[in-house]
Amino acid sequence: MKPLKILLNGVWYENPIFVQAIALCPALAVSTTAVNAIGMGLATAVVLIFSNITISLVHRFIPNQVRIPCFIVIIAGFVTVLQFGLEAYFPALNHSLGIFIPLIVVNCILLARAESFAASNNALWSAADGLCTGLGFTAALTFIGAIREFFGSGTFFGVSVLPAWFPLTVIIILPPGAFFTLGALIAGMNVIKKRRRA
Amino acid sequence: MEFILVFTGAALVNNFVLTRFLGICPFLGVSKRVETAFGMGLAVTFVMALSSAATHLMYRYVLIPLNAEYLFNIAFVLIIAVLVQLVEMYMKKASPSLYKALGIFLPLITTNCAVLGVTLINKDTHAHEFLISVVHGVGAAVGFTLAIVLFAGIREKIEYSNIPAAFKGLPIALIASGLMSIAFLGFAGLIMP
Repeated sequence: MKPLKILLNGVWYENPIFVQAIALCPALAVSTTAVNAIGMGLATAVVLIFSNITISLVHRFIPNQVRIPCFIVIIAGFVTVLQFGLEAYFPALNHSLGIFIPLIVVNCILLARAESFAASNNALWSAADGLCTGLGFTAALTFIGAIREFFGSGTFFGVSVLPAWFPLTVIIILPPGAFFTLGALIAGMNVIKKRRRA
Repeated sequence: MEFILVFTGAALVNNFVLTRFLGICPFLGVSKRVETAFGMGLAVTFVMALSSAATHLMYRYVLIPLNAEYLFNIAFVLIIAVLVQLVEMYMKKASPSLYKALGIFLPLITTNCAVLGVTLINKDTHAHEFLISVVHGVGAAVGFTLAIVLFAGIREKIEYSNIPAAFKGLPIALIASGLMSIAFLGFAGLIMP
């Protein structure tokens, strides 16, 4: 049942944002709209899949002491390729994500998966792990983005859903709102977890 | 005048942690005690100032003449990794207690997005001004230190207060940083066009 375990771990039990609380910078910064959040999540997922595959293939040739710098260079290579792709095919998305695309290099998720999974599993499983962790990250980001977009701009994936008289909470799409939304969501997760255990 | 503008802009108005969301990991991770937070702030300040200078020189005098600007990301990350290694070696000798207190977060400055972030912003906005790049780096680092030290002070108080069970730990820390972020929004009035 390894595939199922990888999927559940990536999306739920070890969700990068809500459970491990890593890679919070992009989660807070680009979650002002759901579309941005999906773009950021998928971009990270693509890099994660390729870096996981590459690292699982080459890690046995890398001396242990210098593995972290090597992993970072591999990741940086894929991020550079990704940025070229985004510039060519999705210039608007590339513009709105700004420096958070090159910053995927220092996203803790990528190094964490390289260290804890790709360096001890074969290429196929590593690709699956990259895909599932990437999906978990994308799902979490989109969830935060959809909530902030709904309360802050009254839209859902860019479509206006709230009537004009509904008071918008502008603070939610400003920087403080990112902290509040994520704090409230993690608190909510804690409540759910506690109920399950009881 | 321009230096002051860039400095306050980076430190207060566009605070790296609370407005730009760069460097959230150490901000939440090393902010349990004021002294450790201050030490972390100093280490980051040092790395940021040096890497702002080094990446600027690298970009302007190596990458651009070679028509290899697209390699900026890889080059910057490597420069930062080397600098962090130097700081780590120095701190191990000079201040072993601080070295122990920072623990895993010291090598993790390499993957601190505030450091790479400041060099990327320098590349995009101050590509032709060496001194401005450095001032921007120092300003950003001072802003980071200010935010993390203030936040550590708040967290030391939170330790002893009675908060709902679900909010214990990370959630209350996020809510507190949200409130700090609101306070820092007030600085937006400092620089008006």
